[in-house]
Amino acid sequence: MSSVSSNAIGDFVSPRAANRPPHTILGAGLALAALGTLAAVPLMANDYWLNAVLIPFLIMSLTGLGLNLLMGYAGQASLGTGGFMSVGAYATYNLLLRLPELPLPVSLLLGGVIAGLVGLIAGLLSLRIKGFYLVASTLATQFFLEWLFNQYGWFSNYSTSSSISAPRLAILGHDLSSPTGRYLLTLATVAVVTVIAVRLVRSQTGLTWMAIRDMDTAAEVIGIPIASGKLKAFFVSSLIIGIAGALWAFAYLGTVDARSFNLDRSFQVMFIIILGGMGSIVGNYLGAAFMILLPILLDHIAAGLFGGSIDPGQLENLQKAFFGGLIIWFLIKEPNGLAALAARLGSRLSASLRR
Amino acid sequence: MSLQGRGLRVSTMRWLAAAATIGLSFAVGAVASAEDAKTQYFPLSTFRVGAYASSGIPVWAGVIDYFRYINEVEGGINGVKLVWDECETNWEVEKGVECYERVKAGKNGSPVPIFLPHGDPISKALTEKSAADKIPLVTIAYGRTEAIDGRVFPYSFPVVFSFWSEASSAVNFIAEKVGGKEKLKGLKIATVYHDSPYGKETQVPLAHLAKTYGFEDIQIPVPHPGNDQSAQWAKIRQLKPDWVFLRGWGVMTPVAIKTAAKVGFPVDHIIGGIWSGSEEDVRPAGSVAKGYLAITPFPAGSNFEIHQKLKTYILDKGLSDLKDPKSFGSVYYNSGVDEAIISVEAIRTAQAHFGVRPINGEEAQWGLEHLDLSEKRLAEIGATGLEQPLKLSAKDHEGGGAGKVLQWDGEKWNIVSDGWVRSDRELLLPLIYERAAAYAKEKGIKAREATN
Repeated sequence: MSSVSSNAIGDFVSPRAANRPPHTILGAGLALAALGTLAAVPLMANDYWLNAVLIPFLIMSLTGLGLNLLMGYAGQASLGTGGFMSVGAYATYNLLLRLPELPLPVSLLLGGVIAGLVGLIAGLLSLRIKGFYLVASTLATQFFLEWLFNQYGWFSNYSTSSSISAPRLAILGHDLSSPTGRYLLTLATVAVVTVIAVRLVRSQTGLTWMAIRDMDTAAEVIGIPIASGKLKAFFVSSLIIGIAGALWAFAYLGTVDARSFNLDRSFQVMFIIILGGMGSIVGNYLGAAFMILLPILLDHIAAGLFGGSIDPGQLENLQKAFFGGLIIWFLIKEPNGLAALAARLGSRLSASLRR
Repeated sequence: MSLQGRGLRVSTMRWLAAAATIGLSFAVGAVASAEDAKTQYFPLSTFRVGAYASSGIPVWAGVIDYFRYINEVEGGINGVKLVWDECETNWEVEKGVECYERVKAGKNGSPVPIFLPHGDPISKALTEKSAADKIPLVTIAYGRTEAIDGRVFPYSFPVVFSFWSEASSAVNFIAEKVGGKEKLKGLKIATVYHDSPYGKETQVPLAHLAKTYGFEDIQIPVPHPGNDQSAQWAKIRQLKPDWVFLRGWGVMTPVAIKTAAKVGFPVDHIIGGIWSGSEEDVRPAGSVAKGYLAITPFPAGSNFEIHQKLKTYILDKGLSDLKDPKSFGSVYYNSGVDEAIISVEAIRTAQAHFGVRPINGEEAQWGLEHLDLSEKRLAEIGATGLEQPLKLSAKDHEGGGAGKVLQWDGEKWNIVSDGWVRSDRELLLPLIYERAAAYAKEKGIKAREATN
């Protein structure tokens, strides 16, 4: 019975990271090139690119990374992402507010640790329940956290509308409140966390997670510590999601309330990793690009092509339909996500170059 | 083999072409100098799709119809015609921020004078950004209440009617009904609210007013979306309040009216707030809504003078943005007209000071802070009765603070209050200034000196 219920989600969270050929050197090179390009962006990009396109893209990639460690690597599906983001945001806010002597990176990290601990508590349930039952319990976490921050004014320092707003963002006296400052803060955080995550999934911990995902009973039989592995996954995942939540609140939006971290957000992050590729690090970036950048691009193209000639409401509905169609098309083309599609394209390209 | 290779190359070419298109489409409009521009750009952020589209569509119709009227009949604002385009936000904060960033640089050299965020989370997320970019945000009947203190929030304008004023006006209307403010003592007023930041916003002012006037303040939350309220109304039946103040959102309002009828609470003792007071809120409740009251800064009706002008020059000529002509004169349509009048008059005020030409955000901020919509000016526009007299200053970004009470007769809204019901702003302003000062301290902002 229990194996049936675990397989239900197992279909959905299937092993594939292990059988991908290791393009490690090429991958690292590409990642460095991408980082270099992104770091150079503020030299030429305007506020629009930074504030509305790149910052949300990077933060959602980071959130996707956090969930992917839990869901794609350790096989524990969760819909509590929005809730953990809000814990990170509210915790960081309170740390910045009440302990102003702490430097910003420390507050950010501590906010993440608090989110991680909350995730750990939510993850305790994963020791007893699996699959879709676990999804339902994380859903409860999501609703509870949203309610908590709305209900108790202390978390938002009794502001009139329970909203929180970033105190001055600064590192070592450098003011980071300009778009460039906020962008570089985001980029640096995402880069550091990505490096740590890559190392983590290749370490013993990562192997433990994948063993739990692929077949927890077998893993237990050969002596892999299941319980601590699951809890570690919840902690690390929520920590990263918490940091992403704090960045979402302060580096991207500036002022938020708990509604910014509702269930829709949790679903959005889950779609990012399903589309991008579960059990893949680069998939998070591809998935976030698809979910965040593509609708903006479609909007620009639609406005350029049809602006004024079609009723704006109709045009928006057409874009939504087209975007939905694209999602379905991509998933049919490559059910394993954009990361697998990119890997296939890459190997075909290198093969044709060699010819 | 070679065929396949060629196929690959062709598809690579296609990708490159697509990438080039992407690059081009993102290259934001050419930069021309503001002096060349002869028209005033006015971007509109709209939500024509998504959960709240049905309430939004008549609002843009009101705005666009008034703008068209200004362009077609009056030849623009002192000859400067308005041009606008729409950006769809779905009422979502990310899309709202994206729209703002997209339009903030202006268009064809014409700057953005005012941005109407149309969405509470969007307006919050833009608070700091708009201050940095010097573009005033005008949020009518929503947005941050503390932003009334323009010394701390120079670029946020929650004009006309904040939630605090809404609560206070509702209490004052009850006082009007029971025969004076001293009669409020001992009354029980229950607030049934949407359990969200928006719904909780009236708790502080109501507690303060209850202490001042001696009525009992009962707060009853309804969780989102509010499609089952039997528990809340059972509690009301038990507590027997004299009046219910209903601060709903979306489906919550009609369900509340229906449930009240079921438990036998008199519907003419329920006063809906701003977002529980449109046609869309009461029609779904059916016949039991007859007699329901609502307080609003946007009185419904199509008999105001401006509506006659709009009908003759815009609707009858087929220039209207309204899809459903029945919405002409509805609460939401009139709110759009209100918004457009305030924006146009702020630009006009700024033009009088800076010169007749397209106005930028910084100049429009001056225009807003010196806006004086007197009875006389309102009569010239034809908005007497539709819009309350409004005088803004650096210390007061709200200005009005009064609403009218409407009653639903089963078909349409009728105005039942004696003119505009004023709120006790002098009582609440010190509390608002205190909160603004706390915000300034938290953020390390130095409040500027009020210049007027």
